[in-house]
Amino acid sequence: MSILIDKNTKVLTQGMTGKTGTFHTEQGIAYGTQFVGGITPGKGGQKWTGTLPDGSKVERPLFNTVAEARDATGANATVIYVPPSGCAAAILEAIDAEIPLIVTITEGVPVLDMVKVKDRLSKSKSRLIGPNCPGVLTPNQCKIGIMPGSIFSHGSIGVLSRSGTLTYEAVFQTTNEGLGQTTAVGIGGDPVKGTDFIDVLEMFLADDETKAIIMIGEIGGSGEEDAAQFLKDEARRGRKKPMVGFIAGRTAPKGRTMGHAGAIVSGGKGDAESKIEAMQSAGIVVSDSPARLGVTMTKVLKG
Amino acid sequence: MNIHEHQAKEVLKSFGAPVARGVAITSLDQAQAAIDALPGPLWVVKSQIHAGGRGKGKFIEKEAGEKGGVRLGFSKEQALEHVKAMFGRHLVTAQTGPGGKQVNRIYVEDGADIEKELYLSMLVDRETGRVAFVVSTEGGMDIEAVAHDTPEKILTISIDPATGVTAADADKLSDALKLDGAAKVDMSTLAPILYKAFTSKDMSMLEVNPLIVMKDGHLRVLDAKVSFDDNALAIKGRHDDIMALRDTSEEDEKEIAAKEWDLAYIPLDGTIGCMVNGAGLAMATMDIIKLYGEEPANFCDVGGGAGKEKVAAAFKIIMQDPNVKGILVNIFGGIMRCDIIAEGVLAAVRETNLAVPLVVRLEGTNAEMGKKIIRESGLNVIPANDLDDAAQKIVAAIKGK
Repeated sequence: MSILIDKNTKVLTQGMTGKTGTFHTEQGIAYGTQFVGGITPGKGGQKWTGTLPDGSKVERPLFNTVAEARDATGANATVIYVPPSGCAAAILEAIDAEIPLIVTITEGVPVLDMVKVKDRLSKSKSRLIGPNCPGVLTPNQCKIGIMPGSIFSHGSIGVLSRSGTLTYEAVFQTTNEGLGQTTAVGIGGDPVKGTDFIDVLEMFLADDETKAIIMIGEIGGSGEEDAAQFLKDEARRGRKKPMVGFIAGRTAPKGRTMGHAGAIVSGGKGDAESKIEAMQSAGIVVSDSPARLGVTMTKVLKG
Repeated sequence: MNIHEHQAKEVLKSFGAPVARGVAITSLDQAQAAIDALPGPLWVVKSQIHAGGRGKGKFIEKEAGEKGGVRLGFSKEQALEHVKAMFGRHLVTAQTGPGGKQVNRIYVEDGADIEKELYLSMLVDRETGRVAFVVSTEGGMDIEAVAHDTPEKILTISIDPATGVTAADADKLSDALKLDGAAKVDMSTLAPILYKAFTSKDMSMLEVNPLIVMKDGHLRVLDAKVSFDDNALAIKGRHDDIMALRDTSEEDEKEIAAKEWDLAYIPLDGTIGCMVNGAGLAMATMDIIKLYGEEPANFCDVGGGAGKEKVAAAFKIIMQDPNVKGILVNIFGGIMRCDIIAEGVLAAVRETNLAVPLVVRLEGTNAEMGKKIIRESGLNVIPANDLDDAAQKIVAAIKGK
């Protein structure tokens, strides 16, 4: 099993004809993902043409709206590469079309746009991953987003992270250790986002194939502390899996935004030490170094 | 992006918030006219820099006198003396660092009869995903100290984006601030005004400290600090009026250059310059450098889709910092191709005649190609296998010097 996506997931691309949308749709198709169509307003009825890494050409139908695309293709997921100015509108359109899974890669969405999106999301059936995230990948089945497929291998570790590149570190290292992944989920580095740690942890705990979990957090907010509390509560109910963690930004100066809009220690909240403490108290083995996530996991699993 | 107090008040005033009359000056010869434009009997002379704690700050120059960056003039003559004392001098506050910031503009404002000082701020509360008011009866103080010592004196009220500020929300704010009479009536209009200003201008933070109740019972915004969401400002045409308020003299030159290339640059206090892709990796790189006993001087995040020129520009920005004694390039390429990073780095190394040690760690898409390009360049670049290895090598290289 996997979480969120598998070989049956049918994916739309919003912003498909842009440079980024085209490139990553090509990469996704080459990985074996079912990309069934794209949305570019004004280009409905036309075809999108892509070139796969082996040189072969692929075509997919284009639609003016998400609802049309959903009706014509039976898509149950969408990935959004629309630039920040129109990104919130693209997410809202996907919510209105009741797409179950919306993955938003776009970086730089204004936070007050996300406040509106989050409100609408809470009244809908859709799940949003992101924005400002690398996407979701289930090895050998489905790749939505920008993660490099080559570093993945099918296995037993669930990976979830606020940071894109640190997701890759965890994936690469678990591949090198021979552990492999069930699914990797990047939830994104923005302060207001669709899905937080707890939602994904719940899915990983419920997934039989996921034997252990790597969780990568960073400074800012209280998502990691909330996740730790959730894990403690679940452990008390008898649900528990081995976990390795890492928190980026231990040395970040207070009050400064560290690249991710959400990565800031402010008002005495969100610092690395309190997150590490919370995670350790929930039984997570927190690594000092992001280079040792894989070996630490091997050690934990060997007991 | 931050703006000056007088600009923040201008923005709030345009939405209908009560602020005092005032005039901003950017040169000394404007001072007399500014003072004459206000009726007195009290002129408040306020240094305008992008840093808090101005009142409790101190000037470096002796000529500026012992007082802080906010002074009271009880006559026109005294107000003018204050302007002359502060203008062009360097004000050091808890937020400026030891070098202080030069006061290039001064705001002269009509004084107010203060009955009570309160605290009000607005931000996006990430726990609820909503805009929230944060208020306290302990105005004029360092709010972080209040939060630490007496957290029960701070109240947070989050606003439903579907309704905006309701009458019930305004009442809650008034109750929290123990307002009655005219002040309570004022709050019922001020709260929606501030909410509208915050949301329509994409503010990320609005702090009114203090919000005052005057002797006549009415509310007034006595100080205002506003930051805007850089993501919103980056969208062309969304807030051109706000972008016009940008004061680049308040920004670090390297940060301005980084912005031009759409790079995220963060200056820090150590000795190792870091070029990375991704904010999480940037922070992790800093952490690991510290783990091995050194401190990062800065980091420059080249992001997802950088070309060769952008990589070279990032490298040069890092090099401009005189504290840099060594450079660590740490790239895990997802979208980013490692061969492009390698070429950009080498171009910059050649152009700048790099004289400090450089460690490069490349992983991900086209990593082998990137490593090969660096190996065969003939330049003095230390290759590293992983993040641990890279951090150890750059720390060793610096200490070996």
